[in-house]
Amino acid sequence: MSKIYYSKTHEYAKVDGNVAVIGISDYAQHALGNVVFVDMPEQGEDVTAGEDFGAVESVKAASDLIAPVSGAVLESNEVLLDNPRLVNQSPLADGWIIKVEMTDPAELDNLMDEAAYAEFCKQESH
Amino acid sequence: MQQNKRTCLYPRHEAMGALISPFGGFDMPIQYTDIISEHQAVRQACGMFDVSHMGEFRVTGKDATAFVNHIFTNDMTQAADGQILYGMMLNPSGGVVDDLLVYRYNPEHYLLVVNASNIDKDWEWVTGNSGKFDVDIQNLSDETGELAIQGPEAEKAMVDVLGIPCADLTFYTFGEYTFNGAPVLVSRTGYTGEDGFEIYASHEITVQIWDTLLKNKAALPCGLGCRDTLRFEVGLPLYGDELSDDITPLEAGLGIFVKFDKPEFIGREALLRQKEEGLKRRIVGLELLDRNIARHGYEVLSPEGEVIGHITTGYRGISTDRSIAMALIDARYAAKDTEVKVRIRRKEIPARVVAKKFYKKSYKK
Repeated sequence: MSKIYYSKTHEYAKVDGNVAVIGISDYAQHALGNVVFVDMPEQGEDVTAGEDFGAVESVKAASDLIAPVSGAVLESNEVLLDNPRLVNQSPLADGWIIKVEMTDPAELDNLMDEAAYAEFCKQESH
Repeated sequence: MQQNKRTCLYPRHEAMGALISPFGGFDMPIQYTDIISEHQAVRQACGMFDVSHMGEFRVTGKDATAFVNHIFTNDMTQAADGQILYGMMLNPSGGVVDDLLVYRYNPEHYLLVVNASNIDKDWEWVTGNSGKFDVDIQNLSDETGELAIQGPEAEKAMVDVLGIPCADLTFYTFGEYTFNGAPVLVSRTGYTGEDGFEIYASHEITVQIWDTLLKNKAALPCGLGCRDTLRFEVGLPLYGDELSDDITPLEAGLGIFVKFDKPEFIGREALLRQKEEGLKRRIVGLELLDRNIARHGYEVLSPEGEVIGHITTGYRGISTDRSIAMALIDARYAAKDTEVKVRIRRKEIPARVVAKKFYKKSYKK
């Protein structure tokens, strides 16, 4: 059973064991509008919690992707290269961005659970 | 902090749930639904834009033609009454104070339509240079609403839905009509590369026209987001991106709107000098060789990695599915098919110089 965590920069980490699937939240995709390109790292590259690992490009602008956890990239979602709109249509499932083997699962303690994130978004939209 | 201005249609935008952002000193709608659908509506059917933020100055008087020709790069003596010319106002160094449309009613009456972001600067400039001319200049910006009705079905919306008989207007001409008994000015102009019209009216009438088109589903409300993607795809400049106080019209590739055969206009000597010395920089089109997107301000590099300029506007094209950009770069790299690179985050993405008309205009001439 996987559990989902969110960062203040609107990325999520869906965690199952040592593996985290990372993407952007529904709130974030909505705020960005039409996604036209996702710039993501390749398999084997390292990402570091709090640092950018790529970008989501909407029609209007590029938004950096900030890693919620550190680790090595197991897989990037190459379907997004041809169909970036999956990030809008299905941010939490088919629109995932990278899968990471976490090096420090304790980093999850710095993230929000679903309820805390919902409250965070409510604050932010006011 | 100074409060942004709002157009007469602001309550409509808010009620429709538009995404609102500051632009040129105004709170303006960026999108109502999403930029791609609004862009497509203009290319394929009809979209309407609230462009009431634009500025309007009326110039009247005995010396009106001489005065406009003094501050404007194009030549109003070559325009017929009822005709519009595009051009720029320049500073003495040849940089662009603003790009604008000039509507010629008659040799003693003109309307200047300027960019929202430059209204105050332009007003100072226009009035400050009018000293030796017998003219009267009025700033109508605050009392004038403006709508742009754009797309292949724009004529139908104007004639059949609004009842404004403007079908016989040709490209870059205008006429005076009425709507609900009140005067409106209509021109066959726009900023999208499609056929279309711009309507100038009082605030009250502007709102009535908007409501009529909306009620009849004759035009889709479109925000400034797609206005920018539309103008960009057909290679039209935006002040602040491709034009500025230190970019000349020659560098921007707009030399055809500069009439050197006029005896004088502000900036003429500087441009002649630049022409003689040769251009050091030019605005070019770029096509990126992968899917990364070049954004305003990103560095453009030579194949050896030296910085040769910057991106002025860049998008993933909507009507043309390519990563394309306009850039101001060292003229030595400006020839078509020259290979350059764009720094995007930590990468250097290969690109090549292409014509900056990425998509073909469909004006009705």
